[in-house]
Formats: sequence, C-alpha cells, structure tokens
Amino acid sequence: MATFRMPSLGSDMEDGTLVEWLKSPGDEVARGEIIAVVETQKGAIEIECFEVGTFDHALVETGRKVPVGTPLAVIRAPGEEVAAAAEPPPAPHPPEPMAASAEPAAPEPTAPEPEPAPELAPAPQPAPTSQPATATGTGRLRISPAARRRAEEAGLDPAVFAGAASPVQLADVEARLAGGAQPSSAAQPGDAGAGGALSEMRKAIAAAMTRSKREIPHYYLAHDIDLTGLNDRLATANAGRAPEDRLLPGAVYLHALAAVLKKFPELNGHFEDGAFRPSDAVNAGMAIRLRGGGLVAPAILGAEALDLDAIMAALRDLVSRARTGRFRASEFAAATITLTSLGDRGVDAMTGVITPPQVAIVGLGTPRQRPWVRDDAVVPRTVATLTLAADHRVSDGHRGALFLNALADRITSTEIP
Amino acid sequence: MTPIETAIAEELRKIAPDIDAAEIDRAADLRDECDIDSMDFLNLVTALGQRYGLEMPEADYPQMRSFGNLAAYIAARAA
Repeated sequence: MATFRMPSLGSDMEDGTLVEWLKSPGDEVARGEIIAVVETQKGAIEIECFEVGTFDHALVETGRKVPVGTPLAVIRAPGEEVAAAAEPPPAPHPPEPMAASAEPAAPEPTAPEPEPAPELAPAPQPAPTSQPATATGTGRLRISPAARRRAEEAGLDPAVFAGAASPVQLADVEARLAGGAQPSSAAQPGDAGAGGALSEMRKAIAAAMTRSKREIPHYYLAHDIDLTGLNDRLATANAGRAPEDRLLPGAVYLHALAAVLKKFPELNGHFEDGAFRPSDAVNAGMAIRLRGGGLVAPAILGAEALDLDAIMAALRDLVSRARTGRFRASEFAAATITLTSLGDRGVDAMTGVITPPQVAIVGLGTPRQRPWVRDDAVVPRTVATLTLAADHRVSDGHRGALFLNALADRITSTEIP
Repeated sequence: MTPIETAIAEELRKIAPDIDAAEIDRAADLRDECDIDSMDFLNLVTALGQRYGLEMPEADYPQMRSFGNLAAYIAARAA
C-alpha cells in the first residue's frame, strides 16, 4: 500500500488545489502515469504517480487546497488486498518547514525511479497561520527594524507574527511574503492587470527569484560566438525537411548544452541543505514566456540521451503546451539547469537569475550581424552572446569559462543531419 | 474573411488564444503583431502546410511576413 502525495513543484510551492482525478478506484496505475490534475501557481499541472498498482481510493476530494506532502490517494501494490474502508485518512501535514512536508513527496524507497525531485528547505517558516492575526494582548511584538520595514513596504501587518517565540527577523518576513496569502480560488497564470494585486504566478516568480538573489552568490560570464556557419547548415538541412521536421537553433543549443555538461558536473544539479548534489541526467529547463505575462521553465528530462530531432520534438511539445496545454509535475521539479534563449526578436545578452535549487543558467542573446575578425579581416557575421550565471558556492569563474568555451565550440561546430 | 484567412485565424488561435483575428493588421509583421516567436511561427507553418499540403520552405518565409502575405502565399499555391 503506497500513499500518493501532493508533490512539490518548486521551492516556492506550499500547496495546490486538486482539480481532477483521472483515475477511479480499481483502475490500474502504471509508473509515471498521470493520475491527477492540480492547480498551482504555475497553472494546472498534471501529476504523475511513481507507483505501480491499483488506484484504491482518494483521500482528498476535488476542489480542496492542501499543503505539499498531503496524502492524496492510496495506491495498492499488485496483488495487494483492497484497503479496509475503515482506515482513517491521514491528517494533512501542517504547513510547517517545507523540508518536512515535502520529503514524503519523494517516492517510496522501493521505487528506484527518478523522483519528482525532493524539495529543499527555505528560510524558517514564521508562526503558524493559525495564530490570531491581530493578537495584541500578548505583549509588545519583538521584530527587527529591517523586518518591520520590509513588512510595511509589502503591506504586511507585523501583527501576523504576534506570539512568535523569538524576535521576528527579516528572513521570517521574507518567508511569509514568499508564501503569500493565498486566495481561495484557483490560480490564474499570468500577470495581474495594471495596479492589481500580484497574480499567483508573479508571486511564485517573485518568491523564487528573491530567494535566489538572497541565497545564491552568482557570478556572470559572457562570450560572443559566430553562428553564421551553424545557421547556414541549419538552412541547408531545413531546405530538405518538411515543416514538421525542421530544426530551430534552440534545439542545437540545448543538445550542445546537454553534451558539454557531462564534463562540468558542478553546473548541473541541485544545491540543497548546504550541499551540492550533481545530477547524472541533464534535465534541461527551457525558459518559456507565457502569453499574458510570466514565464515557466519546464524541463526536457534526460536531454543528454536525446538526439537533435528528439530534442526539437520535445521543445515543440513544451512550447505548444505552454500556449494551450498543461505541464507535468516532473517537468518542473526535476530541472537541473536552465537555458534561456532570447530568440530572434530580443536583445544582445542577458545575465540570468538562477532558479533555486539549480546552480546555473545559460543564456543566449539574439543573433545579429556584427563586425567580426576572421582570417585577419573584419567581416560581417551573425554573432550572438552566450552567457552563464552560476553559483559561486559550487563552481568558480575559471571552470565557468572553460564550460562556456566548450559550449561555444560545441554549438558552432554542430553538424546538422 | 476568405476560407484561407479563416484557416490561418484558427491555427493562430491555437498558438495565441488571446488574439482576435479580426483585430490583426493584415499588413504588419505577423510575429510582431501577434507577439509570436520562431517556434510559434514554425508551428503555424507546420499546421498550415499540413492543412493545404504545402511545403512552405524556409526560403519562402519572407513571403509570409504578414497575415495578408501569408494568406496570399497560400492562395497562390493551394489547389
């Protein structure tokens, strides 16, 4: 008997609303099969189950919003008896430190399968929300000036911390703000209208990026690359391909990134609980902007094992689902590095902000005609600026520079079949 | 709208559900007008190519620059 829990889709996620069950009691469940849809700050997400067996019964009805880690359903192992109807549903996890509530989101130890990546602990959580928000009888609130200022800036009443055991610090306020006061309705992706409150997605981006800038000592590198040859080879190859088989430069960048990372494990993985865990698989997050505002960075899982055409197909799939479809939980939780390509309507370069718990983000600016020295002559070439923002706790500029050079070589020398 | 324009509008809606085809400036750059990127455009070309059995090679993309250009391009080639 295994428990299927509300997974965490990122360091910024505290809870989700169960929108739909795709399985009924008695239905067979295959490993990796999508069994539920959950509304989160990132929109509606399909949740896979990493157990094999039979859907026994649901513990949470649709429409309910529950914290990360809450048991959602019971999955019966093959051959196992039907669960006793009297079995009381486990109590939902209290919204305390996310490390605790998120840990159970990982599969049971028996599942040797890539986890819906476990969560890491953010700053300590403030007093439970059950505290009376306006308690004044407990004496004067002890709060640091910086914390009070931050709370006031953000329009957060410091009284919500009433009853806190220790003086309220800035980190407590940030954590509180990152959690945000969740409206009861389902999240709407995208930005709020002008002057409106922050949308759920905006809040999620704000929380993740604030944490990144607070915790990750970024260093930044940039390198110009000549894409003329690659673009010519792509044009030649695409001339013989039907539209559905055509390749875009983005697929080449991603393919090259996955290949080069094998030699630079310090840029691919998760930094959690004070330690870096490199990842064997390259789960490459692709930053995709959403119409109506905001962006998502779902991952192409195991990109190091895919050829150019498979990466292109995966990329197409992600972009079209970003427009009209849904993402799967594992696509968010498992990203080990992010690639952001500004496309052909952008600007020269971007210095990225790393998405925790990842440790690097690679950017490629908009290619354009620039003067370039080639064979002792200045000639017009299609040039783009490749950038890296990486976590100084894990790697240094020297390794970062070697990586960027290797990536540049790989991209520019890619042969198109 | 001609049937071809209607088809383009339908495929555009799959990529940019927020766009009202009637509002699109027929002469403006389609990517700017609809704020679509190269992947969106490729998906649009793929869908229209399949719909009309057309190759729509990259070399012809400049002839598909605006909504009006694209409609004319298809009209000239579709059986």
